[in-house]
Amino acid sequence: MSAIKVEKLAYSYVGLEQGQSVKVFEDLDLEIEQGTFVAILGSNGSGKSTLAKHFNAILLPGGGKCHVYGMDTADEELLIPIRRSVGMVFQNPDNQIVANVVEEDVAFAPENLGVASPMIRHRVDNALKQVGMYHYRTHAPHLLSGGQKQRIAIAGVIAMEPRCIVLDEPTAMLDPKGRREVMETVARLNKEKGITVVLITHHMDEAAKADRVVVIHKGVVRADGRPKEVFSDIDYMHELGLAAPETVELCHELNKLGYALPLDLLESEDCAQALYNALGGN
Amino acid sequence: MAPILEVRNLTHVYSAGTPFEHRAVDDMSFSVQRGEFIGIIGHTGSGKSTLMQHLNGLLKPTSGQVLLDGVDIHSDKKFTRQARFRVGLVFQYPEYQLFEETVYKDIAFGPKNMGLKAEEIDRRVREAAKLVGLTDAQLEVSPFDLSGGQKRRVAIAGVIAMEPEVLILDEPTAGLDPASRAGILENIETYRKTKNATIMMVSHSMNDVARLTERLLVLSGSKLAMDGTPAQVFTRADELLDMGLDIPDVTRVFLRLKQLGLPLEPVYTIEQAVAAVKKLKEGK
Amino acid sequence: MLKDITLGQYFPGDSYIHRLDPRTKLLMVVVYIVALFMASNWLAYGLVALFLAACIKISMIPLKAITRGMKPVLVIVVFTGVLNLFFTPGTHEIVNIFGFSLTWEAVERAVQMILRIMLLITGTFLLTYTTSPIALTDGLERLLDPLKAIKFPVHELSMMMCIALRFIPTLIEETDKIMSAQKARGADFESGSLMDRAKALIPILVPLFISAFRRADELATAMECRCYQGGEGRTKLKQLHYTQLDFTAYAIGAVLILGVLAAGRIG
Repeated sequence: MSAIKVEKLAYSYVGLEQGQSVKVFEDLDLEIEQGTFVAILGSNGSGKSTLAKHFNAILLPGGGKCHVYGMDTADEELLIPIRRSVGMVFQNPDNQIVANVVEEDVAFAPENLGVASPMIRHRVDNALKQVGMYHYRTHAPHLLSGGQKQRIAIAGVIAMEPRCIVLDEPTAMLDPKGRREVMETVARLNKEKGITVVLITHHMDEAAKADRVVVIHKGVVRADGRPKEVFSDIDYMHELGLAAPETVELCHELNKLGYALPLDLLESEDCAQALYNALGGN
Repeated sequence: MAPILEVRNLTHVYSAGTPFEHRAVDDMSFSVQRGEFIGIIGHTGSGKSTLMQHLNGLLKPTSGQVLLDGVDIHSDKKFTRQARFRVGLVFQYPEYQLFEETVYKDIAFGPKNMGLKAEEIDRRVREAAKLVGLTDAQLEVSPFDLSGGQKRRVAIAGVIAMEPEVLILDEPTAGLDPASRAGILENIETYRKTKNATIMMVSHSMNDVARLTERLLVLSGSKLAMDGTPAQVFTRADELLDMGLDIPDVTRVFLRLKQLGLPLEPVYTIEQAVAAVKKLKEGK
Repeated sequence: MLKDITLGQYFPGDSYIHRLDPRTKLLMVVVYIVALFMASNWLAYGLVALFLAACIKISMIPLKAITRGMKPVLVIVVFTGVLNLFFTPGTHEIVNIFGFSLTWEAVERAVQMILRIMLLITGTFLLTYTTSPIALTDGLERLLDPLKAIKFPVHELSMMMCIALRFIPTLIEETDKIMSAQKARGADFESGSLMDRAKALIPILVPLFISAFRRADELATAMECRCYQGGEGRTKLKQLHYTQLDFTAYAIGAVLILGVLAAGRIG
């Protein structure tokens, strides 16, 4: 079943000068399967955040259609069912936390949905446990670390019990530990809860953890496939202003010395093994 | 040669005497030579920003000293003010500090505050703008009409135009795509070379600091935990991971190869890795 | 540094006072203030002070925190005291300084006024010390609920208060950061004429406003993403319930008012 289905999407916004309109997409098709972990890559200004905002009807198509679990995002009647099915997490955790107590913030969405009080308690506790922040439920969010705040933001979305979560550069402002915490949380939600994950990122190593990588460049899907496939075309990635994970870049450089290392080794362990064999270690 | 910056037993305590008392920097000592490119790594709250703000005199140490060219930054008021200009500080997400009507005026803010002559200001603004890759036409537009990456360049140019001897940057590439990241890092390196300036860069990207810097300061829990070359620091992989940090993937691969029995020294950039493999091959 | 300002005066705890429903606490503060203003003689003042002292004791808030809270308003207290000292008409003159006569009535009145202000401030402080901001806005929203009938935007008001409370620390931190960043570019906020200083604020205010608007915009989107549609049909994580404790409190409040009234008759 497809979670998100975008057909012939066109979108443009009004530019700075009078009457000027800036095209972001002209004719974009993309389908995301329920339960998958999809990374969307693209340089700044490629349109990936604009695309993501179509997934829960924050933006509406200027042309073409966007369906979420079979629901047309242009149908105003379906706004709430659409938004509770597709949760959204943004880059800056500070700007998406509403309340000054962690549990009150996580409760925000269920409160909006009119869930009965005892059920809210249940959902809040559950969501906080899933992101490993239950212990912090009575803390003030502004005193937590970036990684913790971002996990609170994720819990706030989980509390809606969505089937899909879209994360727009959730780790851009975090330190390595915060990044690891968020990535582990996201991967766990995907594996254990079967939640569809759409991750927009600038970090190639994060994209490498996904089931599928979609590369968007100037509003057009330029590559789409398993991470191994997408990243192995390293010259193409460079051409699009992107890169490959360092292990792939390493193999690529070594191949110039005459080795024939595969370009789909995303884990350092695999890369080390392949290099070991190539260097005649065994 | 005498160090350009010297930090002696620097300690800084916030909200001393209240229940919110927090020791952000605890007894740090190190010195910085002219022309060095130093990377600063550490988890959030390890004391990086507090340390940075001592190096140009924005914060006063609770105890200890910061010496600029051998003179205590807080020895007299005039010198403290000079230190602001001699040690340039680019904060995290500096584009959020832009405020002028045009890019030109914003870049000129620092040089103007230095009390320079009009021609000198003009020269510096144009030079700094050119260095970060802004066109003459862009100088006349409002900074708020530029893209995120371009705004970042304007903000960095605003500090570079003060032509500081030491340029300190807090995560200058955060939130940018790989191409913009590479561009900004190249600009920083160019500035260092043309002015023989000292660079100190805070970064969460281990790959970036590994590629660019000659020396790393590792901060953890308000203390200076390590001070050495990237090679020395990144071989202590386990400790770094415990501190919530990371090592470059290349280093990880090579540490594993060494474990498997290949006679390879630890590397931390792809160039070094290629060189090491070459050497191994030729040695056989 | 701005960071040194301690915000959010709430002292978490589990005393009887803490456990009271925020609505009760809000109403009790009103009762307390009414009692205070009805007090007309020493006996009545004594009753009110005794009541407050008992509340402080029960709340287990350290006395030091309460006296520290008094510091910023000390000027006002002294000012009112002095004013009353010299401008209260009376007949029992004690001493005459440069034509100003100081009377016993004036001394009595000045002391009572000082006492009144101090009791007033301490009493309201006790409310913020023992009630979290969120409980306070919650309680206020519920108390004002009847006003919805006349289209008063009760929910919107409490949501605004809640978000303001949430963003105060963030914006203070931001101001601090922008100030440091402009200082690093040589901005000078401490010297020059009044005009110069006002001008020096532009490099802080412009980025601060832009950032506040950006944050507001992002927050609005994030709230929409979490299905916010205004107060209609909203439920609450924590529902407010009156307990035995609250009824006891109201009874004590009634006794206080009656006591003060009776004291007025006696005196």
